[in-house]
Amino acid sequence: MDYIVDYIGIDRKIPVVATFLNSYDRLVAIKARWAINRNDYKIPPGIYAVGNPDEKANVFVTANYKLSFDHLRSNIAGMNAWILVLDTKGINVWCAAGKGTFGTNELINRIRSCDIEKLVSHRKIIVPQLGAVGVSAHEVKNETGFKVIYGPVRAVDIPSFISANLRATESMRTVKFTLSDRLILTPVELVGHFKYIISLLVLMILLGGFKNSTFSFNDMFDSGIVVTVSLLCAYIGGAVITPLLLPWLPARSFAMKGLIVGVAISIVLYFAQLTGTNIIESISLMFIIVASTSFISMNFTGASTYTSLSGVKKEMKTAVPMQLIFFLTGLLTWIILRFI
Amino acid sequence: MITYIKNVVSLKLDVHICTGCNMCINVCPHNVFLLKEKRAYITNIDACMECGACQLNCPENAISVLSGVGCAAGIIQGYLKGTDPTCGCETDNCC
Ligand code: SF4
Ligand code: SF4
Repeated sequence: MDYIVDYIGIDRKIPVVATFLNSYDRLVAIKARWAINRNDYKIPPGIYAVGNPDEKANVFVTANYKLSFDHLRSNIAGMNAWILVLDTKGINVWCAAGKGTFGTNELINRIRSCDIEKLVSHRKIIVPQLGAVGVSAHEVKNETGFKVIYGPVRAVDIPSFISANLRATESMRTVKFTLSDRLILTPVELVGHFKYIISLLVLMILLGGFKNSTFSFNDMFDSGIVVTVSLLCAYIGGAVITPLLLPWLPARSFAMKGLIVGVAISIVLYFAQLTGTNIIESISLMFIIVASTSFISMNFTGASTYTSLSGVKKEMKTAVPMQLIFFLTGLLTWIILRFI
Repeated sequence: MITYIKNVVSLKLDVHICTGCNMCINVCPHNVFLLKEKRAYITNIDACMECGACQLNCPENAISVLSGVGCAAGIIQGYLKGTDPTCGCETDNCC
């Protein structure tokens, strides 16, 4: 708990937290981006203080995911405020709101159990706008008397939101999906698909040792290189290239965007003579590349900030059968080639 | 902002019971609504990501939307397990 610098309060001890992030906090942020020990980033739910807040100070609500909490406290440096941390099982605000853990009931209960009523004289509570997916402002008001004010989507905008008398401008309310937002997500995408791509790779390297139904380590090595290059490119294509090029790929559905990237990768590899020597083998590898890139790209819908459930369902209806057919045709042809 | 697949969104607004309280505008992350003459209107339906925030925060129940996560992995998981599409936030990277 090295973020706690002090305690205040007369009838109870409320931890005061630092508003600068130390090297440990930064390390945690990097690890979380690479999905390492994702479950270790919980903050105990409850009330915290920033600076020296009194009964007029603002109350900010956040999730008990360390990154959400760190983000908030580092952006309200210099203020005197209260932070109310909800129990979201260590998940960030938006995700938790979608699941309902950052939700109306948890907020009502937490306002009561932390006695916010005694802490402040006003009856306003600032909830991050993305929390609105789980919080019903009028229900909170009915139950607790506290008026929920939705704050900006990004914590960096909090100071301007405060100086504008708790009004969020249109741009503060809008979710964006910039190049850097997408870039930050790519490590998690890479880690997320790693085990599938590795299993496929191992299978194909082992089978690659067969030629005319006889196994040799030389053949395994030769075709292993080809297979590794193809699969790695497909993997990077789906997990990095599609996310980065998202706005510029001329298709709406993510599966189609991925298909375009997969075809481009196939063509480049083919002309670089990296898809083997046999034309049928090359084509079968291309099928596998295109299917994998398209599938991995389609999964980026989960990380994106603008895809609707209806839309994703619609694109999957045509994309999944296509990916399966491409993948199975490619893989089966490729395997059969080793045994004839 | 990039536009996603068009004409699929399930969002509906009953203008007649809207009181123009502005909540839907406050919570929508994609500026789907606009307030005109004290009533909310849907101006940009294809930008809606079906998050459900507007429905949950409309005090008059004027909005309906089939909300859920637009996440392919979640839909596949839900399909395999026979449950609603869920987002596997704890276990993997979704969201
Ligand atoms: S469901 Fe979400 S994105 Fe769609 S209109 Fe409502 S608040 Fe906006
Ligand atoms: S939240 Fe409901 S009542 Fe309020 S402006 Fe929007 S539609 Fe109208």
